Amino acid sequence: MNEMTRLAATAIPTLSLQGVGFVHRGQTLLHPVDLRLEGCRRTLLMGPNGAGKSLLMRLAHGLLTPTQGQIRWEGRRPRQSMVFQRPVLLKRTALANLTYALAVNGVPRARRKSVAREALERFGLAALEKRPARVLSGGEQQRLALVRAWLTEPEMLFLDEPTSALDPAAIKAVEDAVRDFHARGTRILMSTHDLYQARRLADDVVFLCGGRVLEYTSAAEFFTAPVTPQARAFIRGELVW
Amino acid sequence: MTDDANAFQTALSLILGLDPDLLGIVALSLRVSLSAVLIATLIGLPLGAALALWKFPGRGSLIVVLNAFMGLPPVVAGLTVYLLLSRAGPLGELGLLFTPTAMVVAQVILVLPIIAALARQQIEELHGDYHEQLRSMGLSKQRMIPTLLWDARFGLMTVILAGFGRASAEVGAVMIVGGNIEGVTRVMTTAIVLETSKGDLPLALGLGILLLGLVALVNAAAYLIGESARGRLG
Ligand SMILES: Nc1ncnc2c1ncn2[C@@H]1O[C@H](COP(=O)(O)OP(=O)(O)OP(=O)(O)O)[C@@H](O)[C@H]1O
Ligand SMILES: [Mg+2]
Repeated sequence: MNEMTRLAATAIPTLSLQGVGFVHRGQTLLHPVDLRLEGCRRTLLMGPNGAGKSLLMRLAHGLLTPTQGQIRWEGRRPRQSMVFQRPVLLKRTALANLTYALAVNGVPRARRKSVAREALERFGLAALEKRPARVLSGGEQQRLALVRAWLTEPEMLFLDEPTSALDPAAIKAVEDAVRDFHARGTRILMSTHDLYQARRLADDVVFLCGGRVLEYTSAAEFFTAPVTPQARAFIRGELVW
Repeated sequence: MTDDANAFQTALSLILGLDPDLLGIVALSLRVSLSAVLIATLIGLPLGAALALWKFPGRGSLIVVLNAFMGLPPVVAGLTVYLLLSRAGPLGELGLLFTPTAMVVAQVILVLPIIAALARQQIEELHGDYHEQLRSMGLSKQRMIPTLLWDARFGLMTVILAGFGRASAEVGAVMIVGGNIEGVTRVMTTAIVLETSKGDLPLALGLGILLLGLVALVNAAAYLIGESARGRLG
């Protein structure tokens, strides 16, 4: 990490959620939450299925408008990227998916292919270059989506269970990539069901359960001294609801 | 019986001998129908995309109307254009009635609903699939359109070919607004009607064979495009 990226890292505007809630057809999917995502931290979003992790990410990323409360970038809107739980790749080749993202980001045409190839190489996906992205395996699609996010050089990255479909080696590769993003000065909000992964990667933890944020603390505190019984049970691997 | 067999032979010799009358008729048919399809495509694709992407009051009714107009009887389209272009009509001064231009206009009216309505379906489907990702990448709806059109191109090609099929096969509209004037507005379908009623079966049959071949070609192209798309891009 050179001096430039270090400076850039300190300059990512804070994302503040104040009383953000989401009600759909009379059903409260997310109870009002307050969150501040600052600096270049890795925040891990944990909680059982249906807790509202993906929903909270969509809200934070700006894809959904909260039905109550406020989401605000303090200052400018930074470059953001999101890798969805079910990644959406375009009906093009793997390489074309990457050059497309570069084109959207204003990279001159002459440089796109070489930059995209370099990234495929870096993430060990060079062999997939010419394959149609839609017929790649689930894990390959997930990793390609991550490479695409990498190329857009986001300041804030949303990763929704990026390792849910991956084999152990690929999980390690993605975790390394997350560290690389972080080292490059990207703030990360990531969800996972893997407690060990969360321990490895988290600076902070947001624990969601039944549409409520039950804990929002540093990782050290969350894993050693969780406050709520639900979080304690979750960490022990018991059922929570 | 032998008459029919002779007619068939004569038809083939007209086609194979590149009979200039026959070629003229085929050329005009293609010119009219291709122009109509081109114009309908230029209007229909953006219209379909707009209908797919934007919600606005009256959108539902517009879609219903477009869908209904896919089945518009050609004679009705022809009659409408006839009334508009006839000397007493609002556009009578243009003097377009009984010209190929009038035939193009009538066919645009027939083809546009097909292209717009089917394009809307295709684009809406793809948009449903892509929109979260594209929005995440920071694209406005307007900027999504080229991507959607491009990635839906094989499906849209089939849509355009369907439009061409309709244009080249219809007879009612071009008959009414073109008048079937020899060497000026006579196209394949109107010529077949005329020659059959006159009893000149060889020419009618020759044209019929050509028309059939053309339609078959169009459908083969549509099929091949669809197949290759599925093969290459999943
Ligand atoms: N746009 C939406 N419209 C209606 N309901 C929604 C919407 N988004 C999410 N939900 C509902 O909100 C709840 C939370 O969903 P969400 O996808 O956020 O869960 P999650 O924590 O990501 O779960 P998982 O671990 O299975 O990915 C679910 O019950 C889901 O059905
Ligand atoms: Mg989820």
